[in-house]
Amino acid sequence: MSHALNVGIVVFPGSNCDRDVAYVTSELLQWPTQLLWHEETNLSDYDLIVLPGGFSFGDYLRCGAIARFSPIMAAVKDHAAAGKWVLGICNGFQILTEAKLLPGALVRNRDLHFICDRVHLRLEAKERPWLQAYGDKTVIRLPIAHGEGCYYADPATLAELETNRQVLFRYADAQGNVTPESNPNGSLNNIAGICNAAGNVLGMMPHPERAADPVLSHSPSDHTLDGLQLFKSLLDAAVG
Amino acid sequence: MSQTPLVTEAEIAAEGLKPQEYTEIVRRLGRHPNRAELGMFGVMWSEHCCYKNSRPLLKQFPTQGPQVLVGPGENAGVVDLGDGLRLAFKIESHNHPSAIEPFQGAATGVGGILRDIFTMGARPIALLNALRFGDLKEAKTQQLVKGVVAGIAHYGNCVGVPTVGGEVYFDPCYAGNPLVNVMALGLMETPEIVKSGASGIGNPVLYVGSTTGRDGMGGASFASTELTDESMSDRPAVQVGDPFMEKCLIEACLEAFQTGAVVAAQDMGAAGLTCSTSEMAAKGGVGIELDLDKVPVREQGMVPYEFLLSESQERMLFVAVQGREAELIEIFHRWGLQAVVVGRVIAEPLVRVLYRGEVAAEVPARALAEDTPLYERQCPSEPPAYVQQARQWSVDQLALPARSPSEILLTLLATPSIASKAWVYRQYDHEVQNNTLVFPGDADAAVIRLRGTSKGIAATVDCPSRYVYLDPYEGGKAAVVEAARNLSCVGAEPLAVTDNLNFGSPETPVGYWQLAHACGGLAEACRALHTPVTGGNVSLYNETIDSNGQPQPIYPTPVVGMVGLIPDVQRVVGQGWRSPGDAIYLLGLPLTTPLSDPRLSLGGSEYLAQIHGLVAGRPPQIDLDLEQRVQAVCRYGIQQGWIASAHDLSEGGLAVALAESCLSGQRGATIQLPAGTYPRWDVLLFAEGGARILVSVPPTEQTVWEAYVQAQLPNAWTRLGVVNGEYTELCIDTCDNSPLIKVTMEELALAWRSPLPKYLD
Repeated sequence: MSHALNVGIVVFPGSNCDRDVAYVTSELLQWPTQLLWHEETNLSDYDLIVLPGGFSFGDYLRCGAIARFSPIMAAVKDHAAAGKWVLGICNGFQILTEAKLLPGALVRNRDLHFICDRVHLRLEAKERPWLQAYGDKTVIRLPIAHGEGCYYADPATLAELETNRQVLFRYADAQGNVTPESNPNGSLNNIAGICNAAGNVLGMMPHPERAADPVLSHSPSDHTLDGLQLFKSLLDAAVG
Repeated sequence: MSQTPLVTEAEIAAEGLKPQEYTEIVRRLGRHPNRAELGMFGVMWSEHCCYKNSRPLLKQFPTQGPQVLVGPGENAGVVDLGDGLRLAFKIESHNHPSAIEPFQGAATGVGGILRDIFTMGARPIALLNALRFGDLKEAKTQQLVKGVVAGIAHYGNCVGVPTVGGEVYFDPCYAGNPLVNVMALGLMETPEIVKSGASGIGNPVLYVGSTTGRDGMGGASFASTELTDESMSDRPAVQVGDPFMEKCLIEACLEAFQTGAVVAAQDMGAAGLTCSTSEMAAKGGVGIELDLDKVPVREQGMVPYEFLLSESQERMLFVAVQGREAELIEIFHRWGLQAVVVGRVIAEPLVRVLYRGEVAAEVPARALAEDTPLYERQCPSEPPAYVQQARQWSVDQLALPARSPSEILLTLLATPSIASKAWVYRQYDHEVQNNTLVFPGDADAAVIRLRGTSKGIAATVDCPSRYVYLDPYEGGKAAVVEAARNLSCVGAEPLAVTDNLNFGSPETPVGYWQLAHACGGLAEACRALHTPVTGGNVSLYNETIDSNGQPQPIYPTPVVGMVGLIPDVQRVVGQGWRSPGDAIYLLGLPLTTPLSDPRLSLGGSEYLAQIHGLVAGRPPQIDLDLEQRVQAVCRYGIQQGWIASAHDLSEGGLAVALAESCLSGQRGATIQLPAGTYPRWDVLLFAEGGARILVSVPPTEQTVWEAYVQAQLPNAWTRLGVVNGEYTELCIDTCDNSPLIKVTMEELALAWRSPLPKYLD
């Protein structure tokens, strides 16, 4: 039985959270972790592929629009089609929608500003493997940092996402109420993270890797550790 | 050899060179310079590049100390953190570009200071900024704030370096000439600190990064003159930044330095190719031959003058080990960057520029970069008239306000300089890299933990510029001790300083008097606190010439950037109260201190400026001995784990500091003044100075804490009151139990949170 996942973290030119994810999986979780240059094409060694946050190719055209043409993306699609884990965080979520591995799009925040803050999220579809380690928790707190995190999809797609229970995280208040006031960026249905129909590809705007280190949680600021369980959930699922 | 001038007097003046400087150039060269050479002298002899007015004053700064690994003169200072960790840090201004084009001006300011850090072989780990604008009620100020903040966010967020702290002030004196100072910190990744002196005759000179265009022509000269109505049409002098290119450049450079194939490196900032070649050559005591035909370009038809003065961003110059250039070029190409051998190190100590097979310029490197003009000015012996007039003011002339102390407190909290800056720092990614222990606004200094150790780094930027205006010497001291106090309030031992001297013209007696006295104060305080200056930036001519031809200088603003070391990062405290029942103490001069004590003052205070509309009096005089003792007690108390929160008193004095600790901790406080004779209530509540810090201490630690503080500061501590629960009030009662201030948390929060969104959304 394995106690670790093999993690591959894709490095696009302009990725800037790649090393942060690697710190969590490699240093904190002690999982074998490899940074993968975006021209890599063989992903057969990995259980989990992470598309990290950042500004791939500067995000100059449209977030993620150029990254989806990187050679590694064909392999990521195969990896996903084989039912293996793919996690896109922030810019990674944007790339997954551009690559059509997830539906919808991420557009400019409602107030047009970049937002760096900590937000409450209501956990939805807790039967999904990504949320197994959260136990009884229904509300968690994670950091966000994005300028283009407003989730958009056409009504039919939205309805399908809801029916299939593909929404995993929704912006909410501390009590878990999904309100307009608790929506930082104008996302439809307060959506912060979704998975594909099969459930093995997750995209989320919040940064779980920034809420995983016990050293930081001992601070006058309101750091949380709510991100670590997301990674641990996958191990539970893999081990069965 | 040309015996007659090749350039016109107008062209000489256009380079910012004075006639006597031109004569000196001719003497040095033994001939008249051509247009390209003139341009090279113009930028290199600008104040921005050669400090010709400020160098004699900068000499008095202490620059040595056991912790200093690299002092002034390199791209950044480097200090030793122990455990093999070395911190590079530096501050730089981008004031004039930001005045003309706030978004790109501020963005490229971030890019420039980051290059200073990673050029040394250090990975940038944090950014801070010190911003100053005019009256926030003015539409023009609002546009500048929005542009500057968006520019900093655009560049810093994309490049993946967290913006963890800073300060933002508003005063009408900055209306036409805002200040944008950016400080960067980095951790060394290579065993050897990469220096800029070229060596090894025959070694190839490698150009890496982005292409060269006509953008930013002569930016250094532009930064060294007053802003006029015509400056707005000078936009080509403002560069355009590409943070994606910079991110790739960081990774490629750090990888390249690991190979050991890089002999020296210098970023191309102000004065581009001219500055990098001449400084690398002069520092190494060698020469550099540069072939412009090999320089990658982004536009056609450029002439040598344009190549040499371009300030296109995201470019660097390396000297490589001969024969190993190919492996370096491979790294840069992998990151999608230019990498071309454009020249070589030569024995003759000159910069020789080739263009289409001919020598386009040939200048002794030292004449450009080291042996530059120096103006020793006479400092007026008497303070200028405005200072003498300001000193006539005394508190006896001031009537107590008709409004209640509570109303005055709420008014002060709602002034933009004191109000919450969440609108600003929410736009900066302050968490990327996953090392930010304290978020902006939560503590008096930014704190970054150092992975693999129990240690942390604290950093702050500070300058009480109204004090400096009214008393440059004491104001200079105040900037240093306030920065150190910020660090002490998170438990950090102050290590070293990088300073950004933002002043008006040194060519006026008043301007030079301000500069000279402020430098004196900075130097004295840095010596006393054992925080040497490892580098910085001088930005003079921060004046706007109005339409009547009258210069309007800013307040003299020597921003002090200071870094400190935290031995145990788990002991760091914030400025907010933590738990109900914790006792609140004031360290520093007690509240019974009479106004005759010059260490405490309403002169130059925020209260006097905002409530009475007066900029007058003498600011508090700095007691360096008391400051050090108070700060040491605060640090020790934090490191022992006795202290739950610490916050220094600055603008707005005691009442504002108490309110800020309430706001940050989201709980109220009850203050009961001990028996004693107190000054009038506005002095008691709003006077500034006195080396003061507010701390809160849990009941379990109070006995040991009080014994310690009594031994260390027998006459400089006061027990003030107690922390309340959430959703309560801030109450300050006099010793005979009459309420002086009584405000709810909701009132405090509304006053303090509203101003910036109100004017900027």
